[in-house]
Amino acid sequence: MQRHLISAADLTRDDAVLILDTAEEMARVADRPIKKLPTLRGRTIVNLFFEDSTRTRISFEAAEKRLSADVINFSAKGSSVSKGESLKDTAQTLEAMGVDAVVIRHGASGAPYRLANSGWIDAAVVNAGDGTHQHPTQALLDAFTMRRRLTGRDAGLGQDLAGRRITIVGDVLHSRVARSNVDLLHTLGAEVTLVAPPTLVPVGVENWPCEVSYDLDSTLSKSDAVMMLRVQRERMNAAFFPTEREYSRRYGLDGDRMARLPEHAIVMHPGPMVRGMEITAEVADSGRCTAIEQVANGVSIRMAVLYLLLGGNEPAVTRPTGSEEK
Amino acid sequence: MDTHANTQATDARPVLEGPDIARVLTRIAHEIVERAKGADDVVLLGIPTRGVFLAQRLAAKLEQITDRRIPVGSLDITMYRDDLRMHPPRALARTEIPGDGIDGRLVVLVDDVLFSGRTIRAALDALNDIGRPRAVQLAVLVDRGHRELPIRADYVGKNLPTSLRETVKVQLAEEDGRDTVLLGAKPADQ
Repeated sequence: MQRHLISAADLTRDDAVLILDTAEEMARVADRPIKKLPTLRGRTIVNLFFEDSTRTRISFEAAEKRLSADVINFSAKGSSVSKGESLKDTAQTLEAMGVDAVVIRHGASGAPYRLANSGWIDAAVVNAGDGTHQHPTQALLDAFTMRRRLTGRDAGLGQDLAGRRITIVGDVLHSRVARSNVDLLHTLGAEVTLVAPPTLVPVGVENWPCEVSYDLDSTLSKSDAVMMLRVQRERMNAAFFPTEREYSRRYGLDGDRMARLPEHAIVMHPGPMVRGMEITAEVADSGRCTAIEQVANGVSIRMAVLYLLLGGNEPAVTRPTGSEEK
Repeated sequence: MDTHANTQATDARPVLEGPDIARVLTRIAHEIVERAKGADDVVLLGIPTRGVFLAQRLAAKLEQITDRRIPVGSLDITMYRDDLRMHPPRALARTEIPGDGIDGRLVVLVDDVLFSGRTIRAALDALNDIGRPRAVQLAVLVDRGHRELPIRADYVGKNLPTSLRETVKVQLAEEDGRDTVLLGAKPADQ
């Protein structure tokens, strides 16, 4: 693995499978009376959140605390950033305090990359979502959820998602979740189809390793998992579709559409869900919807990533064939 | 664990063969029953990788002797190691605690080779986070000496005096296709 986790595209298949396998063991810690491991004792991790986030920040914080790291939370509101401090100065302030890792969420695509590669700090950088670019830990937790549900907890160990057909539906244009998932799922051998109104398909999508369709109904029957994306109104400054009703009639997932999925198929949502828009309450509350599971899996995945980046004297090394070191 | 060092050196000589290992495990099983006065509350926890297979074999023998089901599980100590910061992070192995837990029970830790004692120290820390056993004992197939901590085994398959220039490699049928303990010389580059 590289020293930072900036993009899901940076992960090799072996890196990704190692993270998923490690997360499987981390998940078992949650079943214990004492949900804590001493592994990152004495390491300091700062959660640097320039953009609002509840679930990702809390998920990272829970993961850091379960590994016994010291956690510093920083949100842009009420900090020196609102007084005009630059990313560089903020980063160097943190560096001076001796942090070992920075988990960063930023509204600008590329901010984590800049932080990791500018030489401002020595700490490892984990991208917790940057603009409309990447959100690698979300893609990892989605892949983890798929492997658990479609292959099995124990049967999935060491396996990728070869041959699985995943459909991602909705606001692809504004979605870092979609970008990260396309990259990671392709690396893991899955076949990805994006379904969205033409106005919400990004320019350059023909270079992505996936198919694109404008018709949800024709892809449902051959999907192992359907991932519904939220329509990100806060990032929209133009009209991308006529009305919400039309959007939800053509691209929303309701009970009838869910019935057309194969029996084993799951419905995923990265949250927060807008019920009645991209997903109906009937689907969201059904046993096939993994939204809550994805939140729980997020903690395990983030523990795995932090352990593999910070647990040793250098990031974990993956070898193509399971040959042991020494 | 450098006891598993991948030194398939030509001069590695077997010190225990399949039948010896079976006999040794039978003896340890009898010792456990004797010391625990019937082994009513024994839980066996193997330390991955090979300790788990030894624990399963011991459990089978204990079941033959006592005619009772013996809970057996595994305890991964990777996250509790004291040398984590000296290597890249290792892949984790499975921790599987039997259903009834370990509270108030006699836990027997099972490992293949006892060397510095650091693995066992980590195992004791890991146990601490899982429950509070009545007592903890240690069974090992081979004790090769060179302890770095005040730790000793309660049940030893074979005491094997070694020098630090030697390696001890345990092979078990479940993992390596055959049962044997090999004593070899460390390659010069280590």
